[in-house]
Order: sequence, then C-alpha cells, then structure tokens
Amino acid sequence: MKQNLKIAILMTLVTTVLLGIIYPLVVTGLAQVMFHDKANGQLITRHGEIVGSRIIGQAFAGSGYLHSRPSAAGNGYDAANSGGTNFAPTNQKLIDRVNSDVARLQAENPGQPIPIDLVTTSASGLDPDITPAAAEFQVPRLAHERGLGEDQVRQIIQRHTYGRQLGFLGEPRINVLEVNLALDDVSPLAKK
Amino acid sequence: MTINGWLQIAVFLALVLAVTKPMGIFLTHVFNRERTFMDPVLRPLERLLYRLTGVDEDHEMKWTEYAFAMLLFSVVSMLLLYLMQRVQGFLPFNPQKFAAVSPAHLAFNTAASFTTNTNWQSYSGESTMSYFTQMAGLAYHNFISAATGIALAIAFVRGIARRQMQTIGNFWVDMVRSCLWVLLPFCVVGALVLVSQGVVQNLKPYDAVKLVEPQQVQHVNADGKPAVDAAGKPVMDTVATQTIAQGPVASQEIIKEWGTNGGGFFNANSSHPFENPSPLSNLIELFTIFAISAGLTYTLGRMTGSQSHGWAVWGAMAVLFLAGVTVAYWAEARGNPLLHGVNQQVTATQAGGNMEGKEVRFGITNSALFATVTTDASCGAINGWHDSFTPLGGMVPLVNIMLSEVIFGGVGAGMYGILIYVVLAVFIAGLMVGRTPEYLGKKIEAYDVKMAMLVALIFPLVILVFTGFSSVNGFGTSSITNPGPHGFTQMLYAFTSGAGNNGSAFGGLNTNTLWYNTTLGMTMLIGRFFMIIPMLAIAGNLAQKKYVPPSLGTFPVTTPLFSALLIGVILIVGALTFFPALSLGPILEHLLMAAGKTF
Repeated sequence: MKQNLKIAILMTLVTTVLLGIIYPLVVTGLAQVMFHDKANGQLITRHGEIVGSRIIGQAFAGSGYLHSRPSAAGNGYDAANSGGTNFAPTNQKLIDRVNSDVARLQAENPGQPIPIDLVTTSASGLDPDITPAAAEFQVPRLAHERGLGEDQVRQIIQRHTYGRQLGFLGEPRINVLEVNLALDDVSPLAKK
Repeated sequence: MTINGWLQIAVFLALVLAVTKPMGIFLTHVFNRERTFMDPVLRPLERLLYRLTGVDEDHEMKWTEYAFAMLLFSVVSMLLLYLMQRVQGFLPFNPQKFAAVSPAHLAFNTAASFTTNTNWQSYSGESTMSYFTQMAGLAYHNFISAATGIALAIAFVRGIARRQMQTIGNFWVDMVRSCLWVLLPFCVVGALVLVSQGVVQNLKPYDAVKLVEPQQVQHVNADGKPAVDAAGKPVMDTVATQTIAQGPVASQEIIKEWGTNGGGFFNANSSHPFENPSPLSNLIELFTIFAISAGLTYTLGRMTGSQSHGWAVWGAMAVLFLAGVTVAYWAEARGNPLLHGVNQQVTATQAGGNMEGKEVRFGITNSALFATVTTDASCGAINGWHDSFTPLGGMVPLVNIMLSEVIFGGVGAGMYGILIYVVLAVFIAGLMVGRTPEYLGKKIEAYDVKMAMLVALIFPLVILVFTGFSSVNGFGTSSITNPGPHGFTQMLYAFTSGAGNNGSAFGGLNTNTLWYNTTLGMTMLIGRFFMIIPMLAIAGNLAQKKYVPPSLGTFPVTTPLFSALLIGVILIVGALTFFPALSLGPILEHLLMAAGKTF
C-alpha cells in the first residue's frame, strides 16, 4: 500500500510534466509554425493598429454600420468576458429586452418582422456573424447612410457571406466586422 | 426542422458508427498489451514512466488494490491542483498576472470538479486562470481523469471476461496506456486540426484592439448597478478598445472533448469563436465526444467473446440518442412563443428558432445536437446555453444526465455505467422467467445486484436531497436568476450535472457561493467514487466466478429484444426516480409558457 502511495505521488509529478507542460508547449510550437495567423487569433491590422479579430464580433451602433447581434459579454462584445444572458424563455427580462429592440428596429423597416438573431444575444456574446436575413434587413439603411445603391451594399455583403461548410455543415452567415471594414473602404462615413 | 438539419445529424451518427469497430479493436490491443503501430515510439516512453515511478507492469491487482491505487492517484492529483490554483500568482505562464484562485471554496470546487472528470466551472476561465493553471492543472486533469475512466471500464470488462481469477489488471498500467496510446497521440493531431479551423494556440498576453466604431455604454458603479447622474440621466462611458483573451486553447480543447471532460478554456466554452470557430470544428468536437465510448462497446464484445452483445448495447444507445436529439431539435426549432414582432421561421435566409444563447454559425440543428451529445456523454461542453433553451429542449440534456449518461457516455464511465444497467436488466429478465440470471456465462447473484442497486440509488439520493435543501433555504434560492419553475430547474440541473460528473449547467445560477461550491464539490466526489467502488466490487466478484455454459433458460443478451429491455430498464429507473422533480421544473414551465405566462 505504501508502494502505491509512492507511485501515486511520482506518477502525478511525472505525468504533469509530460501532459501538462511538454504536450501543450509542443502543440504551441507546431501550431505557431504551421498555422501562425490562426493560432494567434486572425487579427486584422489597419495602419499599424489591430482593429479586430476576424472571428470575434464587435458592437456597432451607428446607422452607417451593419449591426451585430446584442451581446451579454461584459458591457457588450467584451472579449475578455465571454458569456450569454442565460435568460429562460419565460423570463420577463428577456421579453422586455426583445420588445424594446423590436420597437427600435421596426422604426427602421416598418411592418417587417425582425429576423430573430438580430434581437437575441448569442451564446458567447462574441458572435462574429449574423444571418443573411438579418443583413438584408439592414440593406436599405446602409445604402441610404453610405450613399450607395442597395445592390452595391448587397454585393459587399455577398463577398463576406460564408455558406455551409463542405456544402452541408452549419448555417449560412455574414461576417459583420468584415462587411463594415469593407464599407469603410468603399465609402467612408463623413467624420462628425 | 429541415432536411439539411437531419442530414447533419445523420452524418454525425454515421461517423460514430464507422469509428466503432476500428476504435474497439485498437482499444482491445492496447489493453491486452498487444502490439500496435505506435509501439516503436510509445513503448520506450511507457517503460521510462514505469522506471521513474516504480511501477511493476507485470503485477496484477485484486479489485480492492485497483480501487485503492485509483483513489490514491485521484487524491494526490486533486491536492496538487488545489495547491496550484492557490499559488498560481507565483508560477510562470501568467501574462495577465492573475492572483491566486480565491476564495478557497472555489479552488476546492474546481479541484474536485476536474479530478472527477466533471469540469463544472464556478469560475470564468479568461478572468481567473493563468495559462499555467489551464495547462498543467486543468488540461492535465482532463487527461488523467479520462484515462482513469477508461482504465476502470477495461477493468470491469476484464471482470466479466475472466474466469475463476482474483485479479482484474493493474491500475497504473491501464491508466498509463490510456494516456499514451489512446489520448496523447490523437490530441497532438486533433489540436492542430482545430487550429487549422481557427482555434487559438499561443502563450501571449491578451490583445488590445482599437474598435472600428467606439461605443457608448452606461457606466456601471462599484455595486454593479448602472450609473445615473443627479438628474437621473444615465452616465455614459466611451469604450474604444476591445481586449481579446488568448491562450493555449487548442491543446486543451481537444482533450476536453476526447476525454469527455467539458471544461472550457473560456467562460463561453465551445460557443466561443476561439474554442469552436467553424461548423467543421463543431463536427470534430461532437465526433470526438462519442468516439472512444462508441469504440468501448466493440471492445466489450471483443473481450468477452460476444461481439453481438457489444452491438446490442450500441443499438440501445443509438436509439436513446436519436430520441433525445429529436425532441431537442423539435423544441428549439419551434422558437419561443412569448416573443412577438420577430420572425422565428425557417426561411431561405435564416435558420430561425429559439436563438437566445445560440450562435449563428451553428443555428438550431447544431446547438440541439451538441446539447444532446454533451449530456449523453458525461462531457458537459456547451455551444449554446442550456438555460436559455425552451423548457422541453432544456429538459433533454437534464434527462440525459439523469439516465446516468450511458448513451455512449463518458469515456469509460459510460461503459461501466451501462454495465450496471445491463446487470439490472439481466436480473429483471431472470426474475421474469424464474431462473437464476446469467450474464455472458456468469451467474448474477445477490451480491452483484446489491452493488448495482447501491449505484442506482446513491445517484438520485444525492441529487434530490441537495436540490431539496437548496429549494427551501435562502442560501440556495438566492442564486436563482430565472424566477418561476425555471429557477427550480436551475438548481436541479446543477446537482444532477454534479452527481453525473457532467459539468454542463443552467449557467444563470450563481454557484460561486460557499453553499454551492461546497455541496457541488461533494456531489461530484460522491457521484464519481461512490459509483466506481461498487462497480469495481462487481467486477472483482464476477472475475472469480466459474463459467456457466448458456442453456435454453439463458436470456440472450445479443438480440434486439435485449436492446429493448435495456432501454426499458434505463428509462424506468430514470423516469420513476426523477419524474416528480421534472414535473415541478421543465414540464410545469412548458405548460405555463404555452398559456402565455412569464416570470
């Protein structure tokens, strides 16, 4: 029995070094060499500054930007505090929040029901995507604010639309940050 | 529900079916200590480990010594994890300068959680744990708790297969071979595949991003309330930067699923784009949750010389899996009837459904599928918040855990869990025909059934007692964040998840309190070890029995009829025990929601 205790202590130490230190460091080294950009979070740089990660969402409120989903991460898209609301479907707070967002968005496109992803928070609070329906909903506003034709806006959105992976996996989606960077490139907003 | 949705589910199940036989054969070779293609590299490493630790690899253990060695290893490694959390401020790989994990009950809860393969998380990874603690503490336990589970399942299968023997193997050898052959090589490859999809793997400090559009957000006071000025107007802050948490995520992500652990590097777990960036990474994570456990059903058949028994068990699991995913998918796709002015329908341009707490790239299909798979197994990773699921959609993961996670199940734990049910099923079949029950040539006698019942009773006892206490005391109910019947479900889910060593949560419940950290820590330890010890006792008892050749009166365990009986026993034990609690929680909430009631 004493022998097994000695083994337990030594086994813990030896396997911690192997599985807890050597293994992740080897994987880090390989990942940094083989997939440098992805291993570091696919950061986008503009004028020498990091302006975002391709796969981490950002909040957009201005009428000239494509809007992301609402976020419960920190005070909104806080990528050091990921998380959701965890509201139950029967929670009055959820109903109130959705109602107020619906009222605001319906002013934009009167009479149209709001695509559900545009008024619900994501699981991570960092969802980089919206559905094609949610993007189409915002096209008239974007075209007006950016002084572009609706079809020009649709073309930009189309370029940052991702279909189902391998043709059948997941759901079609639009990367919001990529669209907004493209909009800023094509037709910058006048500085206020 | 769409054809594409069902196609995704069908492809997933087809992959699990395809991996069962090769994985089963591989596992058999590894634990029979036969040659595999990896031996030239791994055998010298294995010998080195034994030399460093003093293991005699030819020593065979009785079930008592096997259990004792397993307990010692768990206790020592749990203490080390507790200590590591408490001194992480002095350890390397801590670019965010995180101080010790505190209070002590949080560190205890986390140590118990990761030692028991539960990975319940009362903390938020990116704001609490240093890279060192994540790698050498948490991800390390993902390996060894999984390896321990696999070792135990193999020991049980040996107990069934061996005849008139006192021993069931050597714990150290089984554990080390699990780590080196089954877990480590796959994780190196799998981690890199995940990185190719966008899972991060680095050791750098968190990145500061200059936002494309700075945001105005209401200032939050020190007491957590939104700030207002003297005139009652909100006080606004300008947020111009986004801090992006980084870390060695992929190396932890892959073992989190491969070892059915489930503890996320980040708070948002597998919904976080850095943990699960693409639909393909999602499929890989789903597949790795089931792969070893599916293979173990084949190993069961091969080691006991009754391959069709292995498939009969697989079939029962697959039926229960399909039932669960169908209900969850259906319930989530219907959306939330309490929301108005929104479009929750499936259209050409959106997936629709109940999207609160779900990610667009996964949609309803993959969120419902993930919730089902992660609780069929004792994984507990999530890619959408179960708390925000519809009442019936959220009941699926809850019921899956209540059935003891035997639908493929946790690595190893699913196998020995279902074998407890098999013993009960054989016993009930024996009672029905009035003969001594036999299982693969072994008589099932009073001692075996008593031990099986001990397992079957401790599980609901610990869940219902703690949930009951929490329901009638302020220290329990004050953590509820969703009022009404849903609040009861939050507490019921927490203790069910703890006892089942699952680790998923109705995440709204604030469990970082003295009461929940302590009781959930105890629940996890009871759920793990009070299940393992009676299970090993059965294994030891079966190993020493004589072989009885099957006769006309033997109930065959290789037929669809047996699968049906097994499903019946699983459902009756689970349903009868938990139905009253379920009717107070999700079932009541569903009825009230249908009537338009909110809380």
